[in-house]
Amino acid sequence: MFERKQLSRTTIWAAAATAIAGLAAIAPVKAEDSVKVGLILPMTGGQASTGKQIENAIKLYMQQKGDTVAGKKIEIILKDDAAIPDKTKTAAQELIVNDKVHFIAGFGVTPAALAAAPLATQAKIPEVVMAAGTSIITERSPYIVRTSFTLAQSSTIIADWAVKNGIKKVATLTSDYAPGNDALNFFKQNFTAGGGEVVEEVKTPLANPDFAPFLQRMKDAKPDAIFVFVPAGQGGNFMKQYAERGLDKAGIKVIGPGDVTDDDLLNNMGDAVLGTVTAHLYSAAHPSQMNKDFVAAYKKAYGNRPGFMAVSGYDGIHLIYEALKKTSGDTDGTKLVEAMKGQKWESPRGPISIDPETRDIVQNIYIRKVEKVDGELYNVEFATFEAVKDLGKTKK
Amino acid sequence: MTSILTNLFDGVAYGMLLFVLACGLAVTLGLMNFVNLAHGAFAMAGGYVCMVLVNRMGWPFFAALPLAFVSSAAIGIVLERTLYRHLYARSHLDQVLFTIGLTFMSVAAVDYIQGSSRVFINLPAALQGQFDVFGVGIGRYRLMIIAICGLLTIGLQMVLAKTRFGSRLRAAVDDPRAASGLGINVPQVFAFTFAFGCGLAGLGGALSAEILGLDPYFPLKFMIYFLIVVTVGGSSSITGPFLASLLLGIGDVAGKYYVPKMGPFVIYTMMIVILIWRPNGLFGRTAAR
Repeated sequence: MFERKQLSRTTIWAAAATAIAGLAAIAPVKAEDSVKVGLILPMTGGQASTGKQIENAIKLYMQQKGDTVAGKKIEIILKDDAAIPDKTKTAAQELIVNDKVHFIAGFGVTPAALAAAPLATQAKIPEVVMAAGTSIITERSPYIVRTSFTLAQSSTIIADWAVKNGIKKVATLTSDYAPGNDALNFFKQNFTAGGGEVVEEVKTPLANPDFAPFLQRMKDAKPDAIFVFVPAGQGGNFMKQYAERGLDKAGIKVIGPGDVTDDDLLNNMGDAVLGTVTAHLYSAAHPSQMNKDFVAAYKKAYGNRPGFMAVSGYDGIHLIYEALKKTSGDTDGTKLVEAMKGQKWESPRGPISIDPETRDIVQNIYIRKVEKVDGELYNVEFATFEAVKDLGKTKK
Repeated sequence: MTSILTNLFDGVAYGMLLFVLACGLAVTLGLMNFVNLAHGAFAMAGGYVCMVLVNRMGWPFFAALPLAFVSSAAIGIVLERTLYRHLYARSHLDQVLFTIGLTFMSVAAVDYIQGSSRVFINLPAALQGQFDVFGVGIGRYRLMIIAICGLLTIGLQMVLAKTRFGSRLRAAVDDPRAASGLGINVPQVFAFTFAFGCGLAGLGGALSAEILGLDPYFPLKFMIYFLIVVTVGGSSSITGPFLASLLLGIGDVAGKYYVPKMGPFVIYTMMIVILIWRPNGLFGRTAAR
């Protein structure tokens, strides 16, 4: 037994030595005129649709704009973390130490973005968050810049809208993890301040097999509407059970941040979803020419509609390009973050900018209603709140 | 009052579903003494077969359900003949390692072929929505589950207790050597039983897509529920797992409804309490092997 252990240890050392030698051989090949972006996304697991959309959007952007900026060739290195923070950390370490990337980007869920934060600080390279939506993220490292959204942005706005539109009693159903709690707290804060009443509050486990009992509780509480936040992939299941339980017929509306009616899944949810009002940063039906072109190009390349995650990825890579243009190809991380601050541009979602103080995104939040357009379900925007900052931070 | 009845109804439907999903496991574990952690993979296979037939090939839902059963049973019988039967005599640890490996392979395979997002089976309009009986909301789909699973349970119990095959199976389980001495083809009985259990799981998988959601991680997500049913119910009969499924289904639904903050814990708390009280499960044999 002892001997075998010894043997295997030698084998491991030998393997390690070979690996190091291999790396050393690879390292000098690194060309000085390329810029490497380490993309860490969930490509497998429950959040895989997020990863896929962001990857697609980045590829699309690079096809449209070319892969050279400020004389440097952009090289994307994709790693799958399956939305597990431990894996995110390992992937980030490998990318920074072995591949010597100049940016880390992606991050499908909040815990993943947080896991990479200390590494971005240590390595002094920008971390571009393209999906995760909890307010605290950008406060965890001076190198974090976000192009997605925060839940505070959409939750406070839907709360204000609800108060103004005669919704007085609301029951809430939110997933029990950081973004869900953000959504709940910011909604509650604005809704109760405006005179509304939260009659029932339910937090569902993140891996929740069956919404039925929670929905029954909602139904019995007889609210005017239910405020819902579930992670993008669960929206379909939720809407199905909402309809099965007859909450739509009982006159209980669904409101919430737009995750529940993600464009990615919306069209398969069935007619029960009609009339759902959400506040969100992006709808594939956004009526700008730029968005029409973006949707058409995305559909042509990948066969389905882009969702808000795709747009966040598209804007994320755009920000990286613009930062490199501004530094004229200088890859010093601190300079790149400085260059990103205050960037303003027109995105498929509308005009957006990066807040120079918080490095978080400032964007329009749209109130949308699910309607049938040409036989397909879409979030049709009918009101706009312009240049919304992340209220999770401005309140402090 | 009416909400109590609605919850009870939902709980029974949920429990019945758990039973159909898990009773194959109770059979392999209890009757054949084989730890098959890949059980959920057969359920997932049935679910995906049903989904492909209904959504992509336009089969009616009720025609696709038996096919889900048959295909999972067929996969079961092939794997039993080629792989599983070599492991019957091995230790439980070997069986666990083998079947958990199989589970991971099935997850990766389905993820590769069908993608990782959750799929739904298109249901006929007759199965959608709820209707009221004296103010008690009854979901049509859940009512169908109760009907199908109830009939299955009665059928299973009859087969096991009343038919010649049932007595052969019980004999083969109690003492395989004596049974083969009496001319019972033990491997054949086991193979058939195994395939039937897999088929039931496949049917359960197809039925649960609507309620539990179907994605490639199904076998891992619900493995724990299957094991709870079998451990709480005891694995010496099918009445045990049946009552355990009902108890857990009702307990889970009631827990989520009445104490939503504690909801997810109720099912586990019940398991711990029952196992402390009766370590062999509710209906386990008192003299464990």
